[in-house]
Amino acid sequence: MNSALKNTLLFGIVGVMIAYTGFTQSWNTALLILNMGLISAIMALGVNLQWGFAGLFNVGIMGFVALGGLAAVLVSMPPTTEAWAAGGGGVIAALLMGAATIWAAVQVMTRMKPGHLRTVAVLVLIVGGFFVYRAIFDPAVDAVEAVNPAGTGYLGGLGLPVILAWPVGGLLAAGAAWIIGKTALGLRSDYLAIATLGIAEIIIAILKNEDWLSRGVKNVVGLPRPTPYEIDLQNDPAFVERAAGYGMDAVTASTLFVKIAYAGLFAVVLVLLLWLSQRALHSPWGRMMRAIRDNEVAAEAMGKDVTKRHLQVFILGSAVCGIAGAMMTTLDGQLTPGTYQPLRFTFLVWVMVIVGGSGNNLGSVLGGFLIWFLWVQVEPMGLFVMELVTSGMADGSPIKAHLIESAAHMRLLTMGLVLLLVLRFSPRGLIPER
Amino acid sequence: MSSDPYGDRGNKDASITNPHGQGTARPVKSRGPARPVPGGPFLIGEAMTGGYGAGPDILHDCTIAVDRGEIAVIVGPNGAGKSTAMKAVFGMLDVRQGQVRLDGEDITALSPQDRVAKGMGFVPQTSNIFTSLTVEENLEMGAFIRRDDFRDTMAQVYDLFPILKDKRLQPAGELSGGQRQQVAVGRALMTQPKVLMLDEPTAGVSPIVMDELFDRIIEVARTGIPILMVEQNARQALEIADKGYVLVQGRNAYSGSGKDLLEDPEVRKSFLGG
Amino acid sequence: MDLLNAFIALSNYVIVPAMAYGSQLALGALGVTLIYGILRFSNFAHGDTMSFGAMVTVLVTWLFQSWGISLGVLPTALLALPFGILGTMGLVLATDRMVYRFYRAQKAKPVILVIVSLGVTFILNGLVRFIIGPDDQNFLDGERFIVSARTFKAMTGLEEGLAIKTTQGITVVTAVIVVALLFWFLNRTRTGKSMRAYSDNEDLALLSGINPERVVMITWLIVAGLATIAGVLYGLDKSFKPFTYFQLLLPIFASAIVGGLGNPLGAIAGGFVIAFSEVTVTYAWKKVAGYVLPDSLAPDGLLQLLSTDYKLAVSFVILLIVLLIKPTGLFKGKSV
Repeated sequence: MNSALKNTLLFGIVGVMIAYTGFTQSWNTALLILNMGLISAIMALGVNLQWGFAGLFNVGIMGFVALGGLAAVLVSMPPTTEAWAAGGGGVIAALLMGAATIWAAVQVMTRMKPGHLRTVAVLVLIVGGFFVYRAIFDPAVDAVEAVNPAGTGYLGGLGLPVILAWPVGGLLAAGAAWIIGKTALGLRSDYLAIATLGIAEIIIAILKNEDWLSRGVKNVVGLPRPTPYEIDLQNDPAFVERAAGYGMDAVTASTLFVKIAYAGLFAVVLVLLLWLSQRALHSPWGRMMRAIRDNEVAAEAMGKDVTKRHLQVFILGSAVCGIAGAMMTTLDGQLTPGTYQPLRFTFLVWVMVIVGGSGNNLGSVLGGFLIWFLWVQVEPMGLFVMELVTSGMADGSPIKAHLIESAAHMRLLTMGLVLLLVLRFSPRGLIPER
Repeated sequence: MSSDPYGDRGNKDASITNPHGQGTARPVKSRGPARPVPGGPFLIGEAMTGGYGAGPDILHDCTIAVDRGEIAVIVGPNGAGKSTAMKAVFGMLDVRQGQVRLDGEDITALSPQDRVAKGMGFVPQTSNIFTSLTVEENLEMGAFIRRDDFRDTMAQVYDLFPILKDKRLQPAGELSGGQRQQVAVGRALMTQPKVLMLDEPTAGVSPIVMDELFDRIIEVARTGIPILMVEQNARQALEIADKGYVLVQGRNAYSGSGKDLLEDPEVRKSFLGG
Repeated sequence: MDLLNAFIALSNYVIVPAMAYGSQLALGALGVTLIYGILRFSNFAHGDTMSFGAMVTVLVTWLFQSWGISLGVLPTALLALPFGILGTMGLVLATDRMVYRFYRAQKAKPVILVIVSLGVTFILNGLVRFIIGPDDQNFLDGERFIVSARTFKAMTGLEEGLAIKTTQGITVVTAVIVVALLFWFLNRTRTGKSMRAYSDNEDLALLSGINPERVVMITWLIVAGLATIAGVLYGLDKSFKPFTYFQLLLPIFASAIVGGLGNPLGAIAGGFVIAFSEVTVTYAWKKVAGYVLPDSLAPDGLLQLLSTDYKLAVSFVILLIVLLIKPTGLFKGKSV
């Protein structure tokens, strides 16, 4: 069987599985899986850029995804004018002050000669700067958060169309990646894994605690949509008529229509990014990346700046994750910082990449769809299995209750098992790198 | 590398991976016990043909041997397969044809560990000491397979290499090149081997240290341990050798006593610089 | 008197808790560093190994409690701990046999083992949640305090009280014993030395007749012991919740790296550095400052540098600073 046929078949199988969900459960579920599958595929594409092309081990995907989510809020939510009046200037001033402190410290670090004097100077600068920053920042934040805390209590966003947040999310993630990469790849040995692991946790901590920015654990809900609202469709006589023409009631038709609209938008982004990734892979740049990956010493001897290339690809991959994060928050219509967990947003994406096929863009896309499908469907399957297992037990037995209740945790077990089985028996993944 | 499904894709992330000290050897798996085959030299790799794993053959019908009380030296140009021949005798690569015999037994099927237990001591060319362990701990690790009291052997090693006794509590990695080689030889002697195999023991040491090392090697040989060694400094090595082998492209080109080879005009012209 | 009060307040809120937390981190980091030194990868499943060990201990503790067995003033969990260790040893040996061993035989690169450990993380995480559920579990019994704040105040007549929880005392004492045993084992015994030799030079260890599989097995056994002890101590001191153990991964990795990966001494130092910086930076210094400074200078604010939610960030910043100054960590690690 040639590879094109095999790949088509693999994608076909995943498609059939999603369609089967549509027929047996509901089309809403199937479309939800499809939409999140599209987003997962984009995340996997981003990680594949880093791991597949360059062997960079990013365990902070969650952080970049969350930054994308923040972008969605900052771009699309209406600004809270009252809060801006109360403390917006103060917050901005404090942030500028903080940035200036760091800039000054870096300047001192680079300009002064190493020695105790420099250490003292940097310390004084940073500690002093920190207290000044807090002195400006704290009252401003209190003022912002005091403005209608139940409803807003944050600065809000720019009130722009939410689609704009997708590239902005990419930019935010790219910025963070630049800072991380500059520090972690610039050290004498490469410490990228621990750096990304740490930064991701810090980003989540910021989103959870800086209420003025993202409302913290109070969540931002009701993000504007790029698609029509169901209720508007249901009130649109032309739509109701069309739905009736297909033999559907207006409510179902409107929910399906909205999801299909999202799917269309996401598919456009995925296809665009996939096309770009494929172009990159087969461009001179991509060939050089692979040359560095396969023999760094030789590449360095040929005068390639390996660190710089690694930084480039790390930023690109992270930006793609940021775009996916913004899309996900758009789909959810809300930013809920409490839901970002490394197992779900970092390690699951790794499973997608490995299962799909490291180094192969198509493989990552397939892995994204397949693993997301499993992630969603293993729970009902686990419940079914548990009901089967416990069918012989007496009703009300504590073991039965425990087993059925625990079925929800089957998905973690399954993901681990899938990853280990693929690594063992098909280590190149479902669609291997050529 | 992309061709290796379990490769690292060039990843060098120090926060999650530790390449330091990772093994590269793919020693021969034990395939059966030793069979008695009386007669012949004390240690012989006879008509060996083989290479690493499934790779191409590096050795072609190559024979090297050493007898009791002898020093045998393998010389030859770079890439001639000298170290490979040594590794083949020790079981570090697949010998597809030919056999290895030690003290009247066919040991071709044994793993390197089993050969150590049979009395072979091997000093590799590089990474031949535990750098983070003290000198004394290095020697103790040399005696790892012994469950008896090895303090006498350690005293003998210290007698042979007095400098090691002074430095016995220092990490071996802090010693000079010549001292490290002494630790390496000392480690191999701790098993009380019946035969000692040295892969370029004088690589990277100064000429004075080299002379001293050769003296020590002769001293070891005088205690009755046959020595098989690979040497880059062909002339000096052949001078102390009872038996010499010149390998070229994995084949025996010349063999004879050390003196004969030194006098052979062909060998002189091609390998000893006239 | 004020200075003494300040010191007591400092001990109560900073030194004592940080000592206990530092011991827990150190024990966790020791496990990570041993795997890094000998199996040559960072084990992402370590947090979940800790949680598995703690879970077994919790279950056995409950069993003992239901039988009415107790240790008097000490927590029953200490009696159950050996069973937890045995259970975890069984688990890691089974994992090694079924999962890791294959990759060693393939001479897979360490980063592949890291990915493998991600898979193991998923499985262990699921397993623990499956067995005991994702919620908080309480298994602490016995006397709560060695010294309570009230007794301390009555004893000394000071304004400030010093409370030392039983769990904090047990944590520090256990950590000291375990660390002493581990160092004796690594530096004085034949098996311990062979582990260090294997870590230093795998090929030469092979030539010396050291059996790699045995070294790996013993390493896993020790790591299982360390992980279970660390997990149980943390659970006793704070509470047992599967997810928090996963969250411990970052401070534990940070401790191991700050100290110098692969260096056991460094892991311990790193644990305390991280613990003390986390606690001091997130502690509200108002009370201590109130005693030390004259009344006119007494602060209005809490004097808390960062909210406690940022303690992970503190570990991380400390890590960065150490790496910038000493790339191999405080003690010479293997990651050069």
